[in-house]
Amino acid sequence: MQAIDRKLLRDFKRLWVQALAIALVLACGVTILLTSLGMYQALTETRAAYYERNRFADVFAETRRAPISLMQEIADIDGVLTAEARVSGTAILDLPERPRTATGRILSLPEAHAPVLNIPLLRWGRLPDPNATDEVMVNEPFALANGFEYGDQFSANLNGQKRTLTVVGAALSPEFIYTIGPGALMPDNEYYGILWMSERTVAAAFDMTGAFNGVTLALATGSTEKDVIDRLDDILEPYGGLGAYGRDLHLSDSFIDAEISQLRGMAMVLPPIFFGISAFLVSMVMGRIIALERSEIGLLKAVGYSNTEVCLHYLMLAGLIAVLGICIGWAMGTWLARGMALQYAQFFDFPFVIFRLSYWVYAAAGLAALLTTTLGAMRSALAAAWLAPAIAMQPPTPPRFKRSWLDRMMTALRLSQPTIMILRSFFRWPGRSFLTCLGLSLAVASVIASLFVSDALDEIIETAFFQTNRQDAIVIFTDDLPETALTEVLALPGVLKAEPQQYHTAILRNGYLSKRVAIEARPPNTDLSRVMSADDVVISAPPGGILLSERLADQLDARPGDVIDAEFLTGRRETLALPVTGLVEQHFGLGAYVDLNYINAQFRQIPQMSVANISLDSARLPDLHLALKELPKLSGLVEMNENREAFQETIQQNVAVMNTVYITIAILITIGVAYNGARIQLSERARELASLRILGFGRGEVSYILVGETMFLTLLAQPLGWLIGAYIARLMTNAFSSDLYAIPLVLELDTFALASLIVLTVAFASAMVVRRRLDRLDLVSVMKTRE
Amino acid sequence: MPDIVFRTEDITKVYDTGDVKVHALDGVDLQLYSGELTVLLGPSGSGKSTLLNILGGLDHATDGHVWFRQTELTDMTNRELTKYRRDHVGFVFQFYNLVPSLTARENVQLVTDVAHDPMSAAEALGLVGLDHRMDHFPSEMSGGEQQRVAIARAIAKRPDILLCDEPTGALDSSTGIQVLEVLQSINDRFGTTTVVITHNAEIRRMAHRVIYFRDGKISETQVNDHRLAPSEIKW
Ligand SMILES: Nc1ncnc2c1ncn2[C@@H]1O[C@H](COP(=O)(O)OP(=O)(O)O)[C@@H](O)[C@H]1O
Ligand SMILES: [Mg+2]
Repeated sequence: MQAIDRKLLRDFKRLWVQALAIALVLACGVTILLTSLGMYQALTETRAAYYERNRFADVFAETRRAPISLMQEIADIDGVLTAEARVSGTAILDLPERPRTATGRILSLPEAHAPVLNIPLLRWGRLPDPNATDEVMVNEPFALANGFEYGDQFSANLNGQKRTLTVVGAALSPEFIYTIGPGALMPDNEYYGILWMSERTVAAAFDMTGAFNGVTLALATGSTEKDVIDRLDDILEPYGGLGAYGRDLHLSDSFIDAEISQLRGMAMVLPPIFFGISAFLVSMVMGRIIALERSEIGLLKAVGYSNTEVCLHYLMLAGLIAVLGICIGWAMGTWLARGMALQYAQFFDFPFVIFRLSYWVYAAAGLAALLTTTLGAMRSALAAAWLAPAIAMQPPTPPRFKRSWLDRMMTALRLSQPTIMILRSFFRWPGRSFLTCLGLSLAVASVIASLFVSDALDEIIETAFFQTNRQDAIVIFTDDLPETALTEVLALPGVLKAEPQQYHTAILRNGYLSKRVAIEARPPNTDLSRVMSADDVVISAPPGGILLSERLADQLDARPGDVIDAEFLTGRRETLALPVTGLVEQHFGLGAYVDLNYINAQFRQIPQMSVANISLDSARLPDLHLALKELPKLSGLVEMNENREAFQETIQQNVAVMNTVYITIAILITIGVAYNGARIQLSERARELASLRILGFGRGEVSYILVGETMFLTLLAQPLGWLIGAYIARLMTNAFSSDLYAIPLVLELDTFALASLIVLTVAFASAMVVRRRLDRLDLVSVMKTRE
Repeated sequence: MPDIVFRTEDITKVYDTGDVKVHALDGVDLQLYSGELTVLLGPSGSGKSTLLNILGGLDHATDGHVWFRQTELTDMTNRELTKYRRDHVGFVFQFYNLVPSLTARENVQLVTDVAHDPMSAAEALGLVGLDHRMDHFPSEMSGGEQQRVAIARAIAKRPDILLCDEPTGALDSSTGIQVLEVLQSINDRFGTTTVVITHNAEIRRMAHRVIYFRDGKISETQVNDHRLAPSEIKW
């Protein structure tokens, strides 16, 4: 090994704490890049492959009841490759040993041929026999959660007919990667299942013989989805079509989509921050090393090393830091990606996962890290290369401190000498001071950006469950029922109060903007399920008006007072012009609300309801479930408590993971910046501090200068950190917001306080570790060494 | 008449420090001969180091010409100067300039790694009498030992010229004399053209030739008819 390389390794060994502090920050960048890019790739590729293999449809439509003969016309639409009709329905299930009622979504399997679209992937068992009326294939997660095996039985209330069904197989489907029941917030595989049955059976049960109520299409490449949807809507309109939609509005797909875009956002936003901080740290440390090694640089040149060799020598020192960071990052990234893949496996039901962090992801993350580190070291390395050998052999001219207004001010303020030293150095290196502050403020911001989520979720739960949806449960009917049925609901065991509500699929239009939504129609002044404006006032839609959730209003660019068109796809399919009378604060879904009586009048129908919101005597819940299992026309019961708890549990788990990650990141950044900053100050000031000690300043006073400067910079970083944190939090609420849900920006004082506390404590600890070196400072040798 | 190794013609060096222009060299004409040990004597700030740096290819003259044998240094690019230093020049500095993270042997290897036809680091250290301290770090050695390592480093490449800037400046007299002895023995043994800068007038007695320096100019040149061995010098 060449002597110069040996010097490199020894220098690196001497600097290992500083190097490690930088490497860890760099490793965060690599880890996050690796994880987010890797998961992004895994999810995108897995989804694409799964959709391709199992022929996930491009367009979906539901209708009330259309004759099967219509299928020819649909298949002939320009751009349609394949069209498949099916019958679907919902049923209350009575599962063995489950006290509560479960809900099943029933789908027909074609009789004459194997399914051609959304092909269920058989996991075990077999498809139901087309002739058997009691055989069922269920989705695998449902089977797993309930421990079903071949031949197990449960009973289902199929449109009022109680039947015993036999499980003959389990399958996964590209349509149900994310399986969530009506009204639920989280997947619940115990109580919500997909049931595939023979076409004959389903058609008979739901009175659809010779007819269908759902159609899915695969499109030819090059066809325009919108044209096909328009044409399909026209064809289905006379048969109660509920508006066709593409994959973008498909529930399962949009959940995966939301996740994918989050990963992409993460890959784009976070790693550059870490790389930036590491580049700054590297440049700070390398700058100092080169200042200290002037004479060595001069010597290398004097004995005949070229500028390039000298430049490379210092770049390689930075390169070693990068290599350390990259290796740690690769290891952590691999581990974290695996953890994340497991987490995905919990939510998403893929039959396989194409999860190999491909080499190019490792290469890209490593290259990015190496590049930024090199960039950070470049200025110093070039300075070393350009240092004229003759100059390098001389001691540097001491920095010129000039007496300025600042000094006069500091004197006037009667600041102590150590304090003046701190301040003077701050103004002497404004660029470095600023970047140090920026680094520390990013640590503060990182904590804020994760901590706020807990408060935001509390707010979500408060509005969603305690302020607005105060019903204990929602009874969902298979079909709209006359409102008079409310008496029967009230007669059910344990039901204390019941309020009707209707759902209508409609397309809202404002100018050229439109959105397909489910409008809720409810009587004025409901007590159980309410809606509230942003200032927490309960509001209801007046007859002839419509309330929009804020995000829906944004999407339609509608404001209170604007009149928008609501094209109802239900009932008489009328289009009503409705003035927007208010905005609703809502974090789940895109709600729109109208007056129930007004809708009944407009539709010229006897008062009807799609669901009933009920309050319950919880002691009688088991009786209620027993009764529900026997009830016809019922498709499900959503218990709000269960719903909330499932939501809270999952979210809290995720938030805990997220907080751990972000706080660790903040700590690593703080250590990286504060420790290196203090080390560099110590190195620059060793003589100064030793002189002070010799002049009789106590250890405490001298420590104060060192620790004081770090803490001064850390304190200055706080307001900036709060600002950046609030800004990042805001960006995150925007990034997380989709049609499915939105996170409100809730910034509590505690969040800021805790963020500052963490960063201040860690910075203080880092400076104190460096301070220990002061005790070991050999006063005599420091004064003797030539610098 | 021995070969001329260095010849300079009216070289000047001006440092522009912003406020004032410092004329470090103010027209120096000089010739150095092969195998000679020359002492450059002059008060501090008289421009000795500046001249040595220009001869050693560490610095450019502001004006004038310098020849090393047949080649003109003043025409050379930085790259060519680097090669010139690598192939021909050995430096010894007042503060030794050893790399603290390398042992004595490794400090010498720093040079032998890149030199054309070097002796081994052990051999070079043997020549300065440090065979037994080869694996010590600079911090574990006395000033005199460190300077001897620096000399070993300078001679290991078998340089044509050895340029020493105040080699005894940081040493007490007895250690300084040891160092001068090493320099003289190298000069005797290999005939290496040697220039020793000093502001210590006594040292002039060991030289073949003494060049007196004052205010960036040569004030006087003197040939020693009778040289003293370093051990006979006292200060
Ligand atoms: N890099 C430099 N910048 C400005 N002035 C310099 C520089 N190097 C040397 N000088 C000045 O040039 C003059 C000659 O310096 P130098 O050659 O080091 O003298 P000597 O080695 O004889 O003590 C001195 O006045 C010194 O201050
Ligand atoms: Mg000098």
